[in-house]
Amino acid sequence: MTTDVAITTAVAQQFPSTTPRASLDCPAFNVPAAEALALLQYLRDAQGYDFLMDLTAVDWSAEQSPRFTVVWHLYSSTKHCYVRVAAACPADADPAMPTATGLWAGADWHERETYDMLGIKFTGHPDLRRILMWDGYPYFPLRKEFPLAGLPTEMSDAEINEEIKVGVISAPMAGGPFVATPGEPMSEAEPRAKDEAWNEKKEKPE
Amino acid sequence: MATDFSFPDAAAKAAQANLPKEFEPEKMSLSMGPSHPSTHGVLRIQFELDGETVTKADPVVGYLHRGDEKIAENMTYNQFVPYTDRLDYLAPLANNMAYAIAVERLAGLEVPARCQAIRVITAEMARVSAHLMGLGAYGIDVGAWSVFMYCFEEREKLYRLFEELTGARFTTSYTRIGGLSRDVPEGWTGRVDQFCDQFMPILDEILGLLTRNKIFIDRTVGVGVISRADAISYGLTGPNLRGSGVGTDLRKDRPYSGYEQYEFEVPVGAKGDCYDRYLCRGEEMKQSIRIIKQAVAKFPSGDWYAKDARRIFAPPKDKVLTSMEELINNFMIVTEGPQMPAGEVYFEAENPKGVLGFYIVSKGGGVPWRMKIRSPSFCNLSILPKLCVGNMVSDVVSILGSLDFVMGECDR
Repeated sequence: MTTDVAITTAVAQQFPSTTPRASLDCPAFNVPAAEALALLQYLRDAQGYDFLMDLTAVDWSAEQSPRFTVVWHLYSSTKHCYVRVAAACPADADPAMPTATGLWAGADWHERETYDMLGIKFTGHPDLRRILMWDGYPYFPLRKEFPLAGLPTEMSDAEINEEIKVGVISAPMAGGPFVATPGEPMSEAEPRAKDEAWNEKKEKPE
Repeated sequence: MATDFSFPDAAAKAAQANLPKEFEPEKMSLSMGPSHPSTHGVLRIQFELDGETVTKADPVVGYLHRGDEKIAENMTYNQFVPYTDRLDYLAPLANNMAYAIAVERLAGLEVPARCQAIRVITAEMARVSAHLMGLGAYGIDVGAWSVFMYCFEEREKLYRLFEELTGARFTTSYTRIGGLSRDVPEGWTGRVDQFCDQFMPILDEILGLLTRNKIFIDRTVGVGVISRADAISYGLTGPNLRGSGVGTDLRKDRPYSGYEQYEFEVPVGAKGDCYDRYLCRGEEMKQSIRIIKQAVAKFPSGDWYAKDARRIFAPPKDKVLTSMEELINNFMIVTEGPQMPAGEVYFEAENPKGVLGFYIVSKGGGVPWRMKIRSPSFCNLSILPKLCVGNMVSDVVSILGSLDFVMGECDR
């Protein structure tokens, strides 16, 4: 496992506002959201980190502020090293981050996915639509307050909704996956069926 | 009067003929999928067509709604292993290995040489099996049926070996964090070696059905060309990237699980068209067989699980039933999950479809706080809107097949 040691000092010199980020493997930096793009561009052009391997975000739960952190993973095909860049979204209620689509075309889908799953708006993105969920889905499923089984919603099509009178109901969990919850007393954390929208006792709505 | 059989830009032709506006050809919109035989899963592509030429393509993914990342954040590390089978369900063993190594990096575990060798053998067998499926299905897409049948026969032999090793043909769930679910059965490596020996001539035969085939060449050469710069910019990986001439292979560049001990080549394409991607896959299978043969030849003895895996593995059943300490340990691992340190880890493995990455954010405890899965099919598909434009609808079929994606992985 090779890591690029020189990158830490180079980034610290070029971008004094960055701070090193705790990491178990590759070099990682925290950067203010406003400077994120400049740092990514510097890494791509001056340091040879030519691949945007992954772009995602972490939700640190509603009690935390800043709540959302956007994380980029870059890979250098010449140095064979990874680097992680993380920037906290300044606003918790309406998180936003500048788009990296100008630097990598592949950022397009990654950003759409992050928007779809966590509700982070990428400013300047050419086509920020939902990608995994359907258009008009009202929730962001990977946010921590969103239950595992999902929430009942209306059908995306008003006409179908009118006809069948049942929206999209959330997934049944009885007998479903073996689910444990983090950070609670063990009696609470014990795997058991949770988030039951309907089960044997409560019938599926007609 | 000579008939004009060429198809110039229809709008320009209409303007030339001085037709009234209502006679001008309209763009037509067409949906391909979500269950089209050539889309290899629930992919829907919304086309805008001018005649038979694609002017705009918008892939719509996400019909599966499986939510693997959400599930991962709600269960212990051990419990997630079976879910990794279902990402790229054509190569579950390679996914198992990628996930196990990611969590091992988080836990700071080192697995012994025997475990690494078994993982390499199974991952390479999974690569052969996935590429056979990819080639066979591609053959059908462009009109060669028998390739599919030959590929399936070979795949069946591999599946018999998988079944013998893991107890399952498809959803293997073979690795554990810090080891494997079981050691190899008696004589299994010998049978793997036998398979390799008989497979090589058959593979040549299978590839011979396509490589010099006139129809196949006509449908793939020069179609769907991905330039080197585009391949990097879109973050393509695997044979799709290497077909465009970028020789990046994580098995060579950042060896994991002992890949540095094996001799193999990384096949690289020249033009980046569908034909190059096909050739890369064919050659990769031969290299995989090379790796398997080497790994079987110097198959190490010793343990097949990490020394300090006791805090992650459930103990052997006879110990659980006779020792109080082991019973408590077993109970804690099952209910609370293996206890991990806090921290962030990103690990990527070279899978048949491309690079499969796991980004794990841990706050400590038995459940990951955030697990992002970087799936190769998702990234590989993102170039599709660009690749389809300007081609005919029938070319789109050969482009789709050459990208070799699995929607289960794309959607997660």
